[in-house]
Order: sequence, then C-alpha cells, then structure tokens
Amino acid sequence: MRHSDLTTALTDRTAKTFLGILFGAVLIVALLNLLVPAESGLHVSSYTVSLLGKYLCYALLALALDLVWGYCGILSLGHGAFFALGGYAMGMYLMRQIGDRGVYGHPELPDFMVFLNWEELPWYWHGFDSFGFAMIMVALVPGVLAFVFGWLAFRSRVTGVYLSIITQALTYALMLAFFRNELGFGGNNGLTDFKDILGFSLREDSTRVALLIASALALAGAFVLSRWITGTRLGRTVMAVRDAESRARFLGYRTEHYKLWIFTVSAILAGIAGALYVPQVGIINPGEFSPLNSIELVVWVAVGGRATLYGAVIGAILVNYGKTVFTGVMPEAWLFALGGLFVAVTVFLPQGLVGLAKSLLKRKRQPEPTLSDKEADHEPA
Amino acid sequence: MSLRDTFRRDQVFGPLRPGTRPVRPGQLDTGGKHILYMEDITVSFEGFKALNDLTLYIEPGELRCIIGPNGAGKSTLMDVITGKTRPDTGSCYFGQTLDLTRMTETEIATAGIGRKFQKPTVFPEHTALENLELAMAGPKGTWQALLQPVTRQQYDWMAQTLETVGLLAQKDQLAGALSHGQKQWLEIAMVLMQKPRLLLVDEPIAGMTRHEVERTAELLQSLAGDHSVMVVEHDMEFIRSIANTVTVLHQGSVLAEGKMQDVQNDPKVIEVYLGETG
Repeated sequence: MRHSDLTTALTDRTAKTFLGILFGAVLIVALLNLLVPAESGLHVSSYTVSLLGKYLCYALLALALDLVWGYCGILSLGHGAFFALGGYAMGMYLMRQIGDRGVYGHPELPDFMVFLNWEELPWYWHGFDSFGFAMIMVALVPGVLAFVFGWLAFRSRVTGVYLSIITQALTYALMLAFFRNELGFGGNNGLTDFKDILGFSLREDSTRVALLIASALALAGAFVLSRWITGTRLGRTVMAVRDAESRARFLGYRTEHYKLWIFTVSAILAGIAGALYVPQVGIINPGEFSPLNSIELVVWVAVGGRATLYGAVIGAILVNYGKTVFTGVMPEAWLFALGGLFVAVTVFLPQGLVGLAKSLLKRKRQPEPTLSDKEADHEPA
Repeated sequence: MSLRDTFRRDQVFGPLRPGTRPVRPGQLDTGGKHILYMEDITVSFEGFKALNDLTLYIEPGELRCIIGPNGAGKSTLMDVITGKTRPDTGSCYFGQTLDLTRMTETEIATAGIGRKFQKPTVFPEHTALENLELAMAGPKGTWQALLQPVTRQQYDWMAQTLETVGLLAQKDQLAGALSHGQKQWLEIAMVLMQKPRLLLVDEPIAGMTRHEVERTAELLQSLAGDHSVMVVEHDMEFIRSIANTVTVLHQGSVLAEGKMQDVQNDPKVIEVYLGETG
C-alpha cells in the first residue's frame, strides 16, 4: 500500500522531472537576465522575468484549484477571491513600506486615505507594516474565509452547480465590497505605487529575479505538498468523495470534513499565489475579484488536465502565454478565443492535454483498447 | 406540530436539524435477545406509505432473507436502518442503547452496520486494495488519514479479506475495470472491512453468472454466525439455497415470517407474491 511521505513526494520520477524543468527554466532566465549584458541577443529583459514570475503565480493558483476540482470534484468558480485576498494582504504590506514617499508625503497614511481626508489608519491596517504579520495574513485571511464558507456550504450538503454558483457569488460580492472607497482598500484604484519589499527596491532587476525564484520555490513547495497529500489515505478519501460521496459517507467518513480540509488548504495556496503576484505586477485592485478571472482559471486547469497537478501547471502557463501573445495581436478577440478553447477542450479533450498525451502513449504501447479499458474510463463529474 | 414537521431536514442548515445526535452516545450493547429492533415503523412519501407499521427483529449471528414484490418497502427498510431515511413514527434500535433514528449515516456506519448497495458502488478510480483501505474500520478523521500509514497487520487483513472474496489476484486493478460480479464481491469485502455486527446486503447476485451465484451463497453463509446478515433478494432459488429465516414484506409491513418451507406454503404469501411469479 502506497502511503507517500514528504520524501517520496519529493524524489519520485514525476516530482524530479517537474522540479528539474521548473528550476532549470527559472535558473536560465535568471542568469540570462542578471549576467548577460543588455546589448547581447541572449539577454532576457526584466519584463520577461516578471512575466514568467506572473505565470508561475498563475500556475500555483491553478494547482490550488486542481486540488479541489480535479481531486475533490468541487468546481469552485470563486477561487480568484482567495488569490485576490492574499494579494491584498501583500499589497497592504507594500503600501505601508511606502512611508512618507507618497504623493502627499503623509508619514503614516497611504495616499488614497489622505485623499479621502481620513485622519488615522483604520484598525485593520495595523500590523501590516510588519512583513511577518502580513505573511501570516496572506495565509490566514483566505484560509479562514474558505473555512467558514466551506463549513456552511458542505455541512448543508450544497454540491455541484449550486456550489459553483455560490462560490461565484462570493467572489462577486467581494469585488463589489472592495470597489467601495469607505472599505479602506483604495476603492477601484486598489493598492499601487509600491516602492520596495523588505528594503529592496521593486525596480531593481535583482529584486525581480528574487521574486521569480520565490515564486518558483512556492510552486515547487506546493507541488510537493499536494503530491504528498494526494498520495496518502486523505488524498484517496478525497478522490473517493469526488467519485461516490454517499458511499464514502456510508463507510463512516465525515465527507464534509474532507471537503473542508482540502478546500481550506487550496484557498491558502491560492492566497500565497496572490501574495507573490502583487509585487511582480505592481498593483492589486478589485478587478482581481472579477468572476471572469475565476472562470479563466477553470479553463487553465481544464486545458492542462485535471487531477494530475502538473497538468494544471502546464495549462496555466500555456493559456497565459497564449493570452499574452493573443492580446498583443488582437486584444478584442481574446475572450472569444478563451470561450472557444473551453468548449473545444470540454468536447474533444475531457482529460486535457495531459490526458491526450497519456492516451497517445498508451495507444503506442497497446494498439487495441480492450473492453475493460473502456469501462475504466470513468469520467468524474 | 413539532419543529421536525415544520422543517424537512434537507431544507435547513445542519445545526437547525433536530435530533441528529445519539441520545445516549455509547457502545453497542447486545445484551438483549436481538441485535436489531424495529418497532411500529411508518415511513410515508407524499402520502404513500412505503413502510406501514412494520415490526422486525434480527438476532445476533442470524442470516435473514427479506423478500417481497416491488414496492413492498425492502429498500426503504434498509434506508431506515442506515439512517438515510427517517421514519415518521416508530423506533429503531441497534442493540439495547443505540437509537438509529437519532444517528447520522456516518455514526450508524461506525457503530457497526455495513451496507452493500443494490447497484455495486465501489470507487472506480481506486484499485481493489485501495477500496478496502478506504473501507477499513478505524479512525476516519482527516489528520489521521493524512499522517497514519497502513500498518503491516492492516495490510495483511486487507489481503486476507480480498482472498475471502476471491479477488486477491486483482488487488492492484482499478475497481472500475472489474467485472460486475467482481464488483459485487469487492463491495462485500469493503463492508467486511468495516467490521460490522450487522450486514445489510441488497440484491447481491444481480448480474452474476451461475458459478458466481454459488460462490456468493457460500460466502454469505460463511459470514453468518460471526455477523448478523440481512439479505434482500428477488431470486427465489437463491433464497431457498441460503435461507434460514425468511421475512415477507407486502405493502410496507410484514406479511409472514418463518422457515422458508412454512412461508412458501402460507396461502397469503402465495397470493401476493409467490403466486404471481410462479
């Protein structure tokens, strides 16, 4: 019986390949940016470094969604909310680092608060000048929200489409709330004009490379953690809940606890992704809560392939690379391309690109699929 | 009108549901003559009485067959025992102390009632061995599932159970890829891994070959004694081959109960059930 521990999750062939490619690519990009002079054709621009860092944050977010959707069958259409909350926690820390260098030069208050004629810092902004406190909040805020939301939803046995709709409503409600100036998070402008992180200027190439490496480390850590979780009885129970929840309940599992556990872990990972994303793009605003973002996220995972972890990462990077290229050429058509992609993947590639690759490999090895293989092609909802 | 009648339990949030906890949480007490007591149970769906004033007792170690025409309430009976359906009136006790009408499905399963469903429901994306691992009696909490690996003894127990049902060779095969009969056995093995005191077996031989039916009959007979086994089945020949005591349900209540021979010759039974099917 396979019960993976952290060592096996770190050292098996899939993990080695994944981590090798990830760190190999990041290392090459980092060296080409820092060591090769800007005139050389081999130089990688800082823009590319930050772009890659952004992709890795999206990949981490996709990995988080794969845990709940691919492994537990919970189609969350509001995972962008946890990402954005993690981003806001980081943004608040970065705002506090600006100090008196803002446009209004106020020693204590961020610019938007001065603009609103606020006299003092709201209570919930206290503590965010400390990096450690902000990092705790990055995990805690999305985690607690997911826990409370999940506790209510899973206890009442809300599943399927209904759950997807209320997760969508959750992120939409948060978007509307964060748009309001009086909430104290910068209204529709959000938080921006960041200067430095831990004393290092965000404009420096070395800081950008460090953030890229931090993103790669976070993605690698989350990947190993997720592989560990899915290789234990907890992971197998979560998959059992996905395939036959009432059966699992009759076996004596409190299935709502398992869903809540994996949902909360996933939300924390999404929050960490958001926190790494914000310093690399330089802004966080309520648009990140937009339901559209969460739906795009679902498309990444669907394209890559569910319940493999690396599939979600591949999907996130490919679709976002496509988006970067596409929006450069004909921006107005991107949403149509995205929608078309989702339909195409759902109809022709229900297991995503990874599933396609797997079935091609299988066909190569054994030309005729047997009857029992067909029966084994069970489609999780 | 009580709160229960005002809110149907699937329409309100969990904490508002009355009576989802056992009155006296505790161990199974089999000090009495019977292991399962169902008394005056009535269940109605939209006015239709699926169970009507049903009274039924099961003894420890007994192999009991439940027969009856379609709609006689056989599945509803199992639903009431496993907590899936709450009776409108009547009491349902497991042993002396456990009030099944006030326990959740999970609590009932943990207390020692295992159910094999009519349609074989194994976990198709897990191997046969993993299916047993999931079914195994023991701590079912999330943290234990994350941190406690399977011990050698547990592995041996799983292998032994697979051997009992004749699936040891298929231990690493995905359950979805097993034949229909094999899935039925795998599910029986899963129920056994729960260390149940009472096994509810719903139509175990549906879709089985003659050879598989014989093996299933042997299996169920070997399980009785250590466990109380309650079998719901349509196939009269199969019932005849395994039955000790038979209960005939008709329109939600017990029509006749006794030895297969006596029941078969009961004119009421012949009229409503055996007569129809020949």
